Amino acid sequence: MAMLHTVNKSPFERNSLHSCLSKSKEGSTILLIEDAVVGALKGTIVADKLTAAIANKNVCVLASDLNTRGFTGADIIDGIKTVDYAGFVDLVAEHSNVQSWL
Amino acid sequence: MSESIKKFMFVNTKAPYGTVYALESLEVVLISAAFDQSVSLVFCDDGVFQIANNQNTEASGMKNFSPAYKALGDYDINKIYVETESLEERGLTLDNIMALTYEDEDDDWAEKPSIIPATRAELADLMDEQDVVISS
Repeated sequence: MAMLHTVNKSPFERNSLHSCLSKSKEGSTILLIEDAVVGALKGTIVADKLTAAIANKNVCVLASDLNTRGFTGADIIDGIKTVDYAGFVDLVAEHSNVQSWL
Repeated sequence: MSESIKKFMFVNTKAPYGTVYALESLEVVLISAAFDQSVSLVFCDDGVFQIANNQNTEASGMKNFSPAYKALGDYDINKIYVETESLEERGLTLDNIMALTYEDEDDDWAEKPSIIPATRAELADLMDEQDVVISS
């Protein structure tokens, strides 16, 4: 079964998302939470990397953390899904294991 | 006591909510305003997210402290620099930033914008002019 990866640091300040993208397998899920949600925005310097990841990985962002920072699903890269807290729990249940990139 | 007025610059570089830096810096800024110093603020790197529009903490249950930035004008803090390169790198424009204002007592209390876009090079010059620079 596939792995769920969570990332909680801004990709503009830390290397966590880049490490996660390079060490996650095809078919795995990457969930951006806390300060990492800004990495999902359109038109950023990391947008190309995330767009590439969407091709073979399931990329999600926690909606409540996105809204907290002033953004909604309309502001993020097409192909990245938003999930609520219940969706987060579902992802944890659906995947064999969780790896936290801090 | 005018000879004791110093130029203070607070440089905000961190995203809000994930860490406590943004909130703590805002509190220090508001306290410093009580001491009649010349205060300016910089928002650069992930700090630009601190003054993003439409912050909504209803679902996360966190305290939305962004409305407090709107009070800065009332404390005579009206030089708020936003780094243009930081906005661009994050896919943002000035439209994503809160339109902070102040009332100019020398101009019949006309409402004027406090937000001043500045490049990295311009900020380097501004920082060089300060007596005290406090980063977070």
